[in-house]
Amino acid sequence: MLRRALQLGWSRGLFIRRLGTRRGGSSLDWDGNISEIKKKIQSFLPGGTWNPLYDTSHLPPEQSDVVIVGGGVLGLSVAYWLKKLEKIQGGIRVLVVERDHTYSQASTGLSVGGIRQQFSLPENIQLSLFSVSFLRNINEHLAVVDAPPLDLQFNPSGYLFLASEKGAAIMESNVKVQRQEGAKVCLMSPEQLRNKFPWINTEGVALASYGLEDEGWFDPWCLLQGLRRKVQSMGVLFCQGEVTRFTSSSDRMKTASEKEVILKRIHEVHVKMDNSLEYQPVECAIVINAAGAWSGQIAELAGIGKGLPGTLQGTKLPVEPRKRYVYLWHCPQGPGLEAPLVIDSSGAYFRREGLGNNYLGGRSPTEEEEPDPGNLEVDHDFFQDKVWPPLAQRVPAFETLKVCLVECPSASAGT
Amino acid sequence: MAAPRTVGDRSSWNLQNRSLLAASAFRTSLGDQASKGPRLQAQFLLSSLPNKSLRLVVPIWNRSTRGIRGLGGAVAPEGNQKKRTLLQFLSDHFYDVMALREFLLRMQMLKVHQKNRAFPHIEEKHGPYIAGAFFILKQGGAVKFRDKEWVRPNERGHFSLEFLQFQAVPVEAVDASGCNINYEGLNSLLALKELRSLSLRCCPHLDDWCLSRLHSLANSLEELSLAGCPRISERGLACLHHLQNLRRLDISDLPAVSNPGLTQILVEEMLPNCEVVGTNWAEGLKLGPEEQPQDTASPVPA
Repeated sequence: MLRRALQLGWSRGLFIRRLGTRRGGSSLDWDGNISEIKKKIQSFLPGGTWNPLYDTSHLPPEQSDVVIVGGGVLGLSVAYWLKKLEKIQGGIRVLVVERDHTYSQASTGLSVGGIRQQFSLPENIQLSLFSVSFLRNINEHLAVVDAPPLDLQFNPSGYLFLASEKGAAIMESNVKVQRQEGAKVCLMSPEQLRNKFPWINTEGVALASYGLEDEGWFDPWCLLQGLRRKVQSMGVLFCQGEVTRFTSSSDRMKTASEKEVILKRIHEVHVKMDNSLEYQPVECAIVINAAGAWSGQIAELAGIGKGLPGTLQGTKLPVEPRKRYVYLWHCPQGPGLEAPLVIDSSGAYFRREGLGNNYLGGRSPTEEEEPDPGNLEVDHDFFQDKVWPPLAQRVPAFETLKVCLVECPSASAGT
Repeated sequence: MAAPRTVGDRSSWNLQNRSLLAASAFRTSLGDQASKGPRLQAQFLLSSLPNKSLRLVVPIWNRSTRGIRGLGGAVAPEGNQKKRTLLQFLSDHFYDVMALREFLLRMQMLKVHQKNRAFPHIEEKHGPYIAGAFFILKQGGAVKFRDKEWVRPNERGHFSLEFLQFQAVPVEAVDASGCNINYEGLNSLLALKELRSLSLRCCPHLDDWCLSRLHSLANSLEELSLAGCPRISERGLACLHHLQNLRRLDISDLPAVSNPGLTQILVEEMLPNCEVVGTNWAEGLKLGPEEQPQDTASPVPA
């Protein structure tokens, strides 16, 4: 009895203490209390969205002019240019929705980081030239007061494409287009190639095209961080969540040539929070799909691809996640400081990484051997069978090398 | 071990030391690569690496500015600590102060662009050599035409215009030390097709992008000096391999180069016919136990 009373007494004491802890922490946590009080006051001062019933600070705003799905380098650049080109300050309200703030699976952080002008379409060349001038002046474009300047770690070493007899004619016409657009590319014969890069074995190479300026590789993570910083300082809102639904309305309308079309408009975007069923419908005027490898899924949510096959509505967005392997190896007698990013006619490529004789490379698999993107395991046999033989044939020094690291970035590829 | 004097000795000596330096560089770079699991951490490492060089870039960038115009940020001179926090406080709380600072920052950048504009009317009238020479002299550098004396501006920035008669005479040497030359400014410089000696010491705005343009001078350039440029790193030095006629290259005192000794060896291998003047090659090498300096006076070996 006495013991029971004592127990009750104890538990009542504990109960009281538990009440105390439920009240919101011990009084020793003064700083925590102060910051909580500040947050509460800020939430009901004018300017913030305030809900009297519960805390909504983690939710995106209820309205936004533009919603950008995906916060990688493309999504952030769109946000940057939207804000840069607005006519009045604060004229356009932009929200960037990113599912994963650590960017662990985004193509941006995991990419090899190369930039080149050696394309076959003039539009691609012009886009690349513009990007290069943006990157060159990045500290003027993305300057934020009181922040250190960005160092993109750009290696202006250029791209070297090697073509066999079959591809030589196409390469020549491509280079002609590239030079017309203003890219600084030169064609090299096997002998010139041997003089310039003595570590290349030119057997089977009919022609090579080498980018002299404005081509190379850089650190895309630094670009991403710089864009984030600048875009936040320009007033773009960020939200961590996933887009699950679009609410749209359709109208029957007539075009100028009296043809009947169905015009579909997106009114709302449902943004679902992480690890909960909570979602916020964001009213918007424009939705920009910058979801990278998952753009196809977002497009399906919007109804692109749901229609009769053969029509525009029935054509799915041809983007799907593809798995690519990137290997890092060490080769003590390998090519020196002048090595460009070499792309062999077989599709295997490599570039120098750092000063310690390390090289980064891989190979784009053909259609039949596409690996399954769902499984993120690395395939070491792929290196032994498909990547190493063509590279070792092209650069004899690579016969003896040691693989250090294998990465599996999931790139998005247009099919 | 004294550095070899002739080019011939270099190859075997380089091989010995390159492996040592490469091993240490490999370990540090692998250390960054190996922590790719926690991606943020690794990238923080990678992005924090150039911070040391950034500290040197920023003060040179705003050498002529004070207070409100300064970029602040990474480097705060000790005397301005209080001013900087007050300014930062004001910028954080008032849009006007922030807008004013952004405006002044943009003005600073515009000034550099202004200095690097080309002179098309001079080029039409007198030719590319004169236009290039005029550009360099306007920036504060010196120019030497073939078989003539050096033309330099005086302390006030004025220079004699008698070189306007040397239309057909090629410019042989340019001394652009300390000039604010940048990527656009190089247009005027690269028009000097028969340039033999170029000195770009301590140019604050010269970076790796600019070095990639120097390949158009490959036929004639024999001497190049890049000492003391705060923005040049080993990545820019990699594109100097086009300059096959280069006989003398000075890459000493480059703060942004991460591994000066190893970089010098790699550049020497890249340009076999060139004499590369750089830092002490032993920088970055740790002495082995048998090479530790023996202090015979002390009872305990060092």
